[in-house]
Amino acid sequence: MTKLDNLLLPDSSLNMRFLARLITKIENNSQFAEELLSEIYQENNEALILGITGPPGAGKSTLIDNIVGKFREQGKKIAVVAIDPSSPFSGGAILGDRIRMSSHFMDPNVFIRSMGSRGYLGGVAPATVNVMNFLTAVGFDVVIIETVGAGQSDIDIMYLVDSVLLVLVPGLGDDIQALKAGIMEIADIFVVNKADKPGKEKLMAEINMLLMLKQEQVDWIPPVLEVVATEGEGIDTLIAEIKRHKEYLTEHSFDVKINKVERRIRRMIEEKIDERIHGSFKDNDRLNLWIEKAIDGKINPYSLIKDFDKKLTVLWEG
Amino acid sequence: MSLQDELEKWRQGAYKKSIEKFPERKPVFKTSFNTPIEPLYCPEEDSYNYIEKLGFPSEYPYTRGVQPTMYRSRLWTMRQYAGFGTAEESNKRYKYLLEQGQTGLSVAFDLPTQIGFDSDHPLSDGEVGKVGVAIDSLRDMEILFDGIPLGKVSTSMTINATASILFAMYIVVAEKQGYKANELDGTIQNDILKEYIARGTYRFPPKPSMRLITDIFAYASKEVPKWNTISISGYHIREAGSNAVQEVAFTLADGIAYVEAALKAGLDIDTFAPRLSFFFNAHNNLLEEVAKYRAARRLWAWIMKERFNASTKSQILRFHTQTAGSTLTAQQPDNNIVRVAIQTLAAVLGGTQSLHTNSRDEAMALPTEESVRIALRTQQIVAYESGVADTVDPLAGSYFIEELTNTIEQKAKEYIQRIDDLGGMVEAIEKGFAQREIQNNAYRYQKEIESGEFVVVGVNKFQVKENSPQNLLKVDPSIQITQIEKINRIKAERDNDSVKLMLAEVRRAATSGENLMPRIIAAVKVYATLGEIVDEMKVVFGEHKETVIL
Amino acid sequence: MSEKKIRVLIAKPGLDGHDRGAKFVAQTLRDAGMEVIYTGLRQTPSSIVAAAIQEDVDVVGLSILSGAHNTLLPRVVELLEENGAGDILVFGGGVIPEADIPFLKEHGVKEIFTPGTPSDIYVKFIRENVQQHNDQVG
Repeated sequence: MTKLDNLLLPDSSLNMRFLARLITKIENNSQFAEELLSEIYQENNEALILGITGPPGAGKSTLIDNIVGKFREQGKKIAVVAIDPSSPFSGGAILGDRIRMSSHFMDPNVFIRSMGSRGYLGGVAPATVNVMNFLTAVGFDVVIIETVGAGQSDIDIMYLVDSVLLVLVPGLGDDIQALKAGIMEIADIFVVNKADKPGKEKLMAEINMLLMLKQEQVDWIPPVLEVVATEGEGIDTLIAEIKRHKEYLTEHSFDVKINKVERRIRRMIEEKIDERIHGSFKDNDRLNLWIEKAIDGKINPYSLIKDFDKKLTVLWEG
Repeated sequence: MSLQDELEKWRQGAYKKSIEKFPERKPVFKTSFNTPIEPLYCPEEDSYNYIEKLGFPSEYPYTRGVQPTMYRSRLWTMRQYAGFGTAEESNKRYKYLLEQGQTGLSVAFDLPTQIGFDSDHPLSDGEVGKVGVAIDSLRDMEILFDGIPLGKVSTSMTINATASILFAMYIVVAEKQGYKANELDGTIQNDILKEYIARGTYRFPPKPSMRLITDIFAYASKEVPKWNTISISGYHIREAGSNAVQEVAFTLADGIAYVEAALKAGLDIDTFAPRLSFFFNAHNNLLEEVAKYRAARRLWAWIMKERFNASTKSQILRFHTQTAGSTLTAQQPDNNIVRVAIQTLAAVLGGTQSLHTNSRDEAMALPTEESVRIALRTQQIVAYESGVADTVDPLAGSYFIEELTNTIEQKAKEYIQRIDDLGGMVEAIEKGFAQREIQNNAYRYQKEIESGEFVVVGVNKFQVKENSPQNLLKVDPSIQITQIEKINRIKAERDNDSVKLMLAEVRRAATSGENLMPRIIAAVKVYATLGEIVDEMKVVFGEHKETVIL
Repeated sequence: MSEKKIRVLIAKPGLDGHDRGAKFVAQTLRDAGMEVIYTGLRQTPSSIVAAAIQEDVDVVGLSILSGAHNTLLPRVVELLEENGAGDILVFGGGVIPEADIPFLKEHGVKEIFTPGTPSDIYVKFIRENVQQHNDQVG
């Protein structure tokens, strides 16, 4: 593993600079990422991969700050990847999650990285998956992925982690309806943050009602926990539940984990197809000419698609 | 009764009473063509709903001013904010300003003092003495006011998170000079809510901070009754990028929050509310600013009367003004003198009780003596040479001014309703509501400057190539070292057993919920440092973490 | 393949709480297509450098209005060098007198943008300098 020689400094602490530069490369160069990961990737059963999502203002980052603190007390090495939406107009982003974790900036065993979603349209950016796999492979005990949980891509990432924490706050009753599509189904642990605010009982009742309707996971019944992240209340229980879920996964690895691994692999394949096809057609002159003609009304876009479909069939089967 | 009859009634009533106590500055005020200037002008016929919307000065709703004669009897207090480096240097600057005709002192503290760190704390590195004077213990306070009779001057201290401690120190220094607390006149800013919104020098979370504030209210209403225990501030909110409506709305909403906190703590509204004072910005748009102050007075009076059922004295909004720092340009700095003059006019035509004018070089550094003098002269020229102080609320009746006043009041009311719906200002701040509104406005404003839609002379239009300004004030970097030495000396010389005891008392009182002021005064007397006292409170109160809105 | 974005860390070192300018800069850089990590208030030079390294930023922008710039800005440059990140560009803004700029530049601060600088100037500065640096590294 020549590429990773510099991962540790002479005093055995993590070489943050080297790590960070590798991540940049992984984020920007999928070929490099694939080569590197094909060397070092392994299904690391020890590492705990947590996904934390929820609406804006739920206090996810503060919660993570607490979780990191607790795991550090246990001597664990932790990596946090905080993903914020990139502007669909400029492609840029303001990444402000790390602010709430400032108490850990100087800890040599905590690595925090902010990523923009980079406007990825169809699900999770491959970069995110690669970074996640990389962090697991280089020896972090806990890898936390944080997303805002508003868009489809944020939900998709949750299919790829081990445990999904959904963070909600009282007073956002309407948002549960919006979240229902997808995220409620895959959450493994529900965290009601700011549990000292009015409306908590109502929220917990709504969550519990929705859980009763869930048919899928009969073995794991998602606990609904109350915390006040700003006060550090309820965190010990949360950590215990996270551990419990991890144990559950290990025990049922054949049923549940395989599911997740399969999902990951399928997703990687889809991404590759996407990348290749998109890549080869992006600046294709012939295609652009056809599109122009279709815009001008000179050819019917449906016949264009039909034609295209024929060519793809040849490609795949041939 | 016709409007003219009402006017006569006021002349024979409130006005007459007032000049008996506070005679006017001149026997007759005249125009340059020798006709008399009346104390007040009103419309011939009432087309403004005059009595209800405008009223007479010193009468509800106070739109036109809080005293019957305003500047005809007494000019506004000229109060230049100052303080930098060491207590010794600041003391010199205060004596200079008093000699030059300034009528009240205003103290600026450095950031470590404002936030509660001693000069030897790691976070104080590079900050000691930079934006104001460094106060680590009572010793520094004694030096700061050496030779200045605290019973005879009015002092305003811009201090918030640590206001309780600096106030305690002031009281003790005055006592050592031989003045009783009930003789002392001054103000502490003590407005923590705007710190969370716009200024950033908070230390403890909102709830314990509100408790400290109400402790001060309670203590002062008994022991230091002439003291203004809070200066509810809109200045910084405006500097952070809000517009005039938001400045009024959020400031008054903060005021409502303080009143509610004090009532909840069991205080009687008519005991503490008359001591509430406000602090506004004086921005460039003169006409808008005049309307803003009038709208603020009218709206606060209505809030205190209708919402809190308070008495007359509690309805009166008195305010200090500072000219807008954010309008000063680094380019062609002498232009700033002109800007400040316009802003001074705005504040005076708006009826401010006291005024600080910025110096021309403040976009770049703390002001030099010469720049500060020019800033003071600006006020004096407006006061004595321009005539705007010779009648009360001269712009009243202008169609534009009255329309603006009504609109600002209306829109501010709407904002306050929204804040009420959110659960009050403390909730609104925690949710980031005010911060977001301000930020959006700031962004829009800055974009307009960049696009040239909004002209800033010398910056995006009428630029010149210029040399960098000379003779800027430099703060001696060795101050940090001097202060640290001072702290070490104090700690060696003082009675450390007493200090330990007094600090433990502070912690105990913080936990028990009793009024902290006596405990803080006791700790300050034995030369416990600012940081030591804050640390005791921190154990009980915790520290506030920024609410980030991006 | 993802397009490489310019990553910028915007920080407020020291105790100064005036963040209007820093936030505006962060927003304009985002509008210019960059990824901006904003660290919030009350950062020490050490914590700023730790963040800059983990985020592998190209540029660090420091906003300071309290007069502590001559101490804090060079300290950030120094710590970046000590930690093998001396190639990260540092620029500053806020209330910084022109007379202090030579001193700061001598101590490794690449540029200071005084109040009133239009955003296209610092956007261009960042783009050009980052491009130059990337070309050098290859």
